[in-house]
Amino acid sequence: MQIQKKTDGAKLTLEISGRVDTTTAPELDKCITENAPGVSELVLDLKDMSYTSSAGLRVILKAQKMMNKQGKMIITNVQNDVMEIFEMTGFSDILTIE
Amino acid sequence: MSELEILIIMCILSNKDNKNKSFKTLTVDALNDNLTAVINFIDSFLEESCCPMKTQMQIDLSVEEIFVNIANYAYGDSVGKAEISIGNNHGEITVVLRDSGMPYNPLEKEDPDITLSAEERQIGGLGVFLTKRNMDSVSYSYENGQNILTMKKTL
Repeated sequence: MQIQKKTDGAKLTLEISGRVDTTTAPELDKCITENAPGVSELVLDLKDMSYTSSAGLRVILKAQKMMNKQGKMIITNVQNDVMEIFEMTGFSDILTIE
Repeated sequence: MSELEILIIMCILSNKDNKNKSFKTLTVDALNDNLTAVINFIDSFLEESCCPMKTQMQIDLSVEEIFVNIANYAYGDSVGKAEISIGNNHGEITVVLRDSGMPYNPLEKEDPDITLSAEERQIGGLGVFLTKRNMDSVSYSYENGQNILTMKKTL
């Protein structure tokens, strides 16, 4: 898994590529936690995220709860198979997906 | 007993194992660090079986969820073994995960409420739910001191 960060004022975009699973999700969690202070808009660009397990979903949910308090979070460019996981778990209803 | 009778008996005995001949098994310490090795093992088998990418992802996901639960909970603070077997029977993939940890049926756990808002959602509980939704069938048994979780999916 790789993460590319782009900052534009109080907007932070994280481009996540590869697999987010039990072994890589902690790194994503740490990246979000460390970079979130002062961010009012967090964008997770999942164009190249090919896979997520519940470990990834947990990190995304945690990020959503955090950003609900300090601004907003948007998920973009979700691959079809990952979108199915979001729909299956009800995440498509609680995340803002564009 | 004639030589022919002996040959017939040997043939019958060896045929009893036929249904397991196509199974491959990996035994690892039940640690999250071994997840990559487990998934690589599964993916190698699925690629040989010409498994479509999406199905491979669904099986990977299910194996990950169950393996991680074994790694995190089956043996408490000790380290035990997890045995992962995979087979292909005419396009039906069967994956069996075995451990000798404390008896536990993950299928008895209630599904999380997926209609709750972000604030109400619990952080955990999705692993087994995802496994049940992604595989065609999931079943559990406890035999000879082992938890046995069997999952099937047709390619």
